[in-house]
This record gives sequence, structure tokens and C-alpha cells, in this order.
Amino acid sequence: MLRIRGLVRSGIAPFDLDLDAHEAVAISGASGAGKTLLLRAIADLDLNQGEIELDGRARAGMAAPAWRRLVTYMAAEPGWWADRVDDHFLDPEKSRDLLPPLLLPPEAMEWEVARLSTGEKQRLALARVLERTPRVLLLDEPTASLDAEAAGAVETVLRHRLGEGAALLLVTHDRTQAQRMADRVFIMEAGAVRAMDGEAT
Amino acid sequence: MTYIALELSDLVLAALLLCINGGLSIWLHLALERQLLVASLRMVVQLFLLGLVLKFIFETVSPLFTLLAALVMILFAGYEIFARQERRLSGWWGYGIGTGCILFGGALVTVYALLTQLEPEPWYHPRYALPLLGMILGNMMTGISLGLTTLSNRAVRERNSIETMLALGLPRADAFRPLVREAVRAGMIPIINSMSAVGLVSIPGMMTGQILAGADPWDAIKYQILIMFLIAGSTVIGAVTAVYGMVARLSDGRHRLRLDRLAANRPRARK
Repeated sequence: MLRIRGLVRSGIAPFDLDLDAHEAVAISGASGAGKTLLLRAIADLDLNQGEIELDGRARAGMAAPAWRRLVTYMAAEPGWWADRVDDHFLDPEKSRDLLPPLLLPPEAMEWEVARLSTGEKQRLALARVLERTPRVLLLDEPTASLDAEAAGAVETVLRHRLGEGAALLLVTHDRTQAQRMADRVFIMEAGAVRAMDGEAT
Repeated sequence: MTYIALELSDLVLAALLLCINGGLSIWLHLALERQLLVASLRMVVQLFLLGLVLKFIFETVSPLFTLLAALVMILFAGYEIFARQERRLSGWWGYGIGTGCILFGGALVTVYALLTQLEPEPWYHPRYALPLLGMILGNMMTGISLGLTTLSNRAVRERNSIETMLALGLPRADAFRPLVREAVRAGMIPIINSMSAVGLVSIPGMMTGQILAGADPWDAIKYQILIMFLIAGSTVIGAVTAVYGMVARLSDGRHRLRLDRLAANRPRARK
């Protein structure tokens, strides 16, 4: 489904990847290794070169917003631009159903952003991404500020999405989570990616 | 029109006030006497030079010299916009964006006023064109620099929320809309304030000048209203074009936020 060939940007070595529907790939590694830069480059948020295709359609041939609706990046600390949570959703009424599986009450939709905890922000930001049903999820440390229970709930929700045909590229410093969630795990060091068992990709 | 022409001796009498200021500064150890002296000398020299230039230009009424003077004024105004910004676009854009917009809006509104409202003979008569342009540029300068400063500061401060919108697939026009609104507002507030306060709090300098020069207050007021409309119109044109120009530069065709196109931040702008 997602095909990446020779993706280059400042801070990372040329990167190739094939990611199929229902498939999850995790990238682990020390902070500063370039994991975030890689996800941002795939989403075309920073200057980069290389060939990327989704279902045979080249990224270069699509408008960037259309690409990002299909291949959506979620930052480790997602941003908020309005005062209330529901102002960040396309259809707040319908999307209330996304919240209980993430261990949030449906009323969280009416909460004020300024009063959210970091963990609540992270899960609401994930709901905001899921509402838009992208084909490929590029998630940067999606459970970093969650307790074990909430992190487990997020993983369950993500597995459900994978079951529905989405693909997941997950950046996580937690190697046990990487192994739990992903079909393949890569380690990133100094901008270069290798398979977890040590052979270069 | 009759007016009381000033003699050199009148200026000397007025300058006596400055001597009192200087004396106070020495007596109270304010250490301002030097700055005061330099500033007043600068004022006198600059105004005399301006007088020489204006006298020459007004007497020749040449389109070339009028245009030349207008260009010099626009370039200085552009430089002022550049100097007042805390975060500028890097490279030529830093100077070019403010100058380009003030050139466009200032020329458009001045020519429009000369051709359809003031209608001097010839239409580019420097006695009308240059003071008009000067008033328009002075106000546009404030509007444009406030608009650009607001936009660039907020883009840096709200980088995360802008990039989140872009990452969710919103086009750059949507992601920048809140900032654009705020920046244009910031640029327009001074002129809105001065239109509201005029006549109650302030008597504009131009009107004062006309009244002192013997003009009928009614004529002076009509002039002032005309000028205020021209200023408001040009300020909005300037602020809107400059803000949209900077948005275009702070983003790119792939709808990315391009803060790398801002020059390195400077400690603090003057003024």
C-alpha cells in the first residue's frame, strides 16, 4: 500500500519501506536519532526528496493536503488551535463514540483544551486523527504520557484500525510496545534505520 | 490666503525654550543636554534641507524630479518597516516585502486621489503629490510593520498548532487564517483609533497647518476627511498585501510551514 523509495532529508539517511494494509511497523531508537524527522518527511511537512506512493498514486502528483488526509502524522505533542475540544473535530457529535474506547467520557468533547492533562490531550488528538480515517497512521510516541491502562486502550484501538485495513508506522522508545504492536521493528541510529535483529534494510 | 510669515528672529525666540530645557537638564543632572542639542540641530538642518529640496521641486514642477522624490520617500518608508520588525524574512524579502507593498498601495491611492479628487494642474504637481504621499506613507508604514510583526511573532509562537492543522490535511490558507485575521487587525487598529479620536482628542497637524495658514476651517475639515479616507484605504491595502505576501513566503506550494525563511531573531528592534 505505502511504498517509499530513497526518501532523503537533512538528518536521515535514504530510507525505503513497503507497508501493506493491516500492517504495523515500529521504529525505535534513542531520542535525537531522527525518528520524528522521518515521519515528518513522509507526511511532507519538511523539505524532502524521494518517491512515495500510496496504492500506486505518487505523492508528488497529489496536493499536499490530500496526501496528508490519507497519510496522517500525529506529533508527540499535538497542537490545539481553538478553546474547546470539539472545535478541533469535523463532526463532534458523531466522533463522541471514538472517546470511550480511549477511556475518555463522551463529554470530553465539550472540555476546554486549557484544562486537559497531557494524557488527555494525547488521546483526544488521536481521536481527532482517527475521525478523519486516514489510510496510513504516522504516530510519534502516541502513548508516551499515558499510564499502562490508557496505553493498553490506545493499542487496542489501533489494532482495531489495523483490522479495518489501515497501516501503521509507529515511533516509540518502548521496545516492548514495538514488539507487541508491530509486525516488523526497526531501530534508528544517527538517522539510519536497521532491522531489529541487526541486518541493514 | 493670508498668513503671518515668520522671521528668523521668531525662531530664535522659540529656540529659547530649548535653552531652558538644556539648563534644567544640567541643573538636575539628567545628562540629556547633549541629546537635546543634537536632536534640535538635526531637526533644523533636516528641515532646511527639505525646504531647499521642496522649493526646487515646487518651482520646476518636473515629473521626473517629483517621481524621484516620491521614490526616495518610499524607499525610506520601506527601510523603516524593515528596521521595526523583530523577525524578518531572510534575504531580500525582509526589505522587499514592506517596500513592495508600500510602493503598490501608496502609489495606487496617491494617483487615484490626484486624478479624481484633488485634480491639480498638472496632475502630478509636487505641491499636492508629495505632501499627500508623505501622509499616506507615514500611516501605511505603521500599519504594515504592525501587521508583519504580529504575523511573524505568532507564526513562531504557534508553530505547533499550525503544523497540527497542516498535518491533519488542512490547506495552508485555513491553517494561517487565524493569524492573518489577527495581523490585519493589528495593522488597522491605529487608523481606526485615530479616526475615532480625531476632532475630540486630537486636531490633526495638517488641519492645524491649514488653519494657521489662513484657510477656512470648513475647507480644512473637508481636506482632513479626504486625507483620513485615503490613509485608511491605503493602510488596509498595505497591511493586507504585506500580510498575505508574508504568509505566501512562510509557507510553500506543498503547504508546509517555512519558518526557516525567517532570519535569525534579533534581540530587540529599535522603537
